[in-house]
Amino acid sequence: MLLEKFDPLKNEILQILDPGGAAVKDLEPAILADDLKKIYALMILTRTADQKALNLQRQGRMGTFAPSRGHEACQIGAVFGVRKDDWVFPYFRDLGLYLTLGYPLSAFYYYWMGNEAGLRSPDDLNIFPLAIPVASQIPHSVGAAMAAQYLKKKIAVVVTFGDGATSEGDFHEGLNFAGVFRTPNVFVCYNNQWAISTPRSRQTASKTIAQKAGAYGFPGIAVDGNDVLAVYAAASEALERARSGGGPTLIEAVTYRMGFHTTSDDATKYRSEAEVKEWEQKDPIRRFRTYLSNKGLLDETFEKLIQAKAEEDVEKAVTEAESLPPASPADVFAFTFKEIPVQLKEERAELEAFLKEERK
Amino acid sequence: MKANMVQALNQALFQEMERDGRVIILGEDVGVDGGVFRITDGLFQKFGGERVVDTPLAESGMIGVSIGMAAFGLRPVAEIQFLGFIYPGFNQIISHLGRLRNRTRGRFTAPLVIRTPYGAGVRALEHHSESTEALFVQIPGLTVVVPSSPYDAKGLLIASIRSEDPVIFLEPARLYRSEKQDVPDELYEVPLRQAKVVREGKDLTVIAWGAMIPVAMKAADSAGREGIEAEVIDLRTLAPMDKETFLASVKKTGRVLVVQEAPKTCGLAAEIAALINESALLNLEAPVMRVTGFDITIPLPRTEDYYYISPERVFAGMKKLMEF
Repeated sequence: MLLEKFDPLKNEILQILDPGGAAVKDLEPAILADDLKKIYALMILTRTADQKALNLQRQGRMGTFAPSRGHEACQIGAVFGVRKDDWVFPYFRDLGLYLTLGYPLSAFYYYWMGNEAGLRSPDDLNIFPLAIPVASQIPHSVGAAMAAQYLKKKIAVVVTFGDGATSEGDFHEGLNFAGVFRTPNVFVCYNNQWAISTPRSRQTASKTIAQKAGAYGFPGIAVDGNDVLAVYAAASEALERARSGGGPTLIEAVTYRMGFHTTSDDATKYRSEAEVKEWEQKDPIRRFRTYLSNKGLLDETFEKLIQAKAEEDVEKAVTEAESLPPASPADVFAFTFKEIPVQLKEERAELEAFLKEERK
Repeated sequence: MKANMVQALNQALFQEMERDGRVIILGEDVGVDGGVFRITDGLFQKFGGERVVDTPLAESGMIGVSIGMAAFGLRPVAEIQFLGFIYPGFNQIISHLGRLRNRTRGRFTAPLVIRTPYGAGVRALEHHSESTEALFVQIPGLTVVVPSSPYDAKGLLIASIRSEDPVIFLEPARLYRSEKQDVPDELYEVPLRQAKVVREGKDLTVIAWGAMIPVAMKAADSAGREGIEAEVIDLRTLAPMDKETFLASVKKTGRVLVVQEAPKTCGLAAEIAALINESALLNLEAPVMRVTGFDITIPLPRTEDYYYISPERVFAGMKKLMEF
């Protein structure tokens, strides 16, 4: 059991792949070769789609956007083991998570282009809409887990958040509820060292974030967040614990925000180039690529194929998102209540009449 | 049966829980203790700790957890011990509860009820007497309900639990045990979004809600003795508001007094006056007038009565309105 083996209080951190791509043999999780390739393809797709979103934003075709570069291992590893009936509560920097769960990239883009409809999960995906108010999604995930418990559904509920979120009251309240009610939650913190310009050291004086779980009465584990095998292995164990009634787990995935906080941010103001360079050496994709090559699962042809497929998927998603017609004025009034109240009908009519008059 | 508001609410919860296994109660001291006002009395014994859940002391956590439960398919009814303690959970209410349906285009919704006692006139401690209903009324997507009688309390709570939209259910603490009324034993709904004419009259219209209804009724009795026939309208649902009912009354009487326990500035009374201006200005014989609390922190019990609206103050307001 990894959770017992790696004690955050002793500063132990689970790493299966080192930055050079060498694996610790007896820790390698049992993953089919096809799944390893799938994970790699998802990493490439995530980075390609992320870069595309940045480009689109710079061209004025995408709104303010929170880039995911550097988080591919945590985002994909955290949910690669999620099943269809599990629930997931993401936060605002989670592109890889969305893609891993099968969320349409076009819908993801559509949301960040400024259309609520992009947040509507397909009916067969239990993905809650990403939360912007920091840590506020954590209690939701605990509530869903309590409901699953009550309905005797043997599922797991995953929630993701950053290191900044651990300072918020909702982190404490959510994890505290989870401990008290022994809920089937998997809490995944992407500790990416920076909350906009505020460093991890300003969020907490505790040595690790994982150790905070101890205060809530359940286990926590720190993992190398740039090692997709480590994140996947820890998450798999936590998911199984949750589904089998073992209670919640906190996973701290130690990583680095390679990009800006959002496209409106300039990180050069508050962190050194040397630090960014140092983390570049720990890139999650590069080490996984080496690992796969060493295993004989990846060659140049396959690599090119994956890259080409990612680019094709991304282009298709952009075209689709951009070709969706703008929503009607009625659309912005339609989903505030189940049945639209008289007052809102009047306001809608007022807007429609005004727009009609204006167009004359 | 004859029941006070506490008993009526208790019965509503009991019967809805019996009818629908998705209904779950969460709150502080709602279990074995039955709630500080005894609204959940006996429910823990009947339905067990799985359905009547004593939570940690954490309002944001409780409301956030309720949102997750509701999205998953349950019908949580969360009790906040006093309205004055809801504010740690306000972020959950404004950032998620009211907008979940909209931001997911109906895929996820939060059909839950947050019940909480509120209002002055019970000689309470600090933070136990405020009326901040307007804060919730301004949040899109929320239904805000205030009963003023045992009968309405039961029917409105049942309708709120069955509503597909989140409901903030504000219970006037002063009315909890103030009157007993015939309350049917069976399940019934008092429809949301519908005001009620609780007294008919032709000379002026009083619009009020919650604990101000008995106060307005007493004032109307006094006015009646002086030959002024006041119509009294109980809003019952503050948002979305039923303006049709009071506009019809305004067109009949031409004079309006809004009675509001909350501080004056930016209260619901101001909104009501604006709505009347927009739709019935030419029917008015006098400006819409207000009798409200003051823009001060509500005083502690020794001087609370300076703040609290008496029937006499409302009657004085009526006379002023008639003399205009």
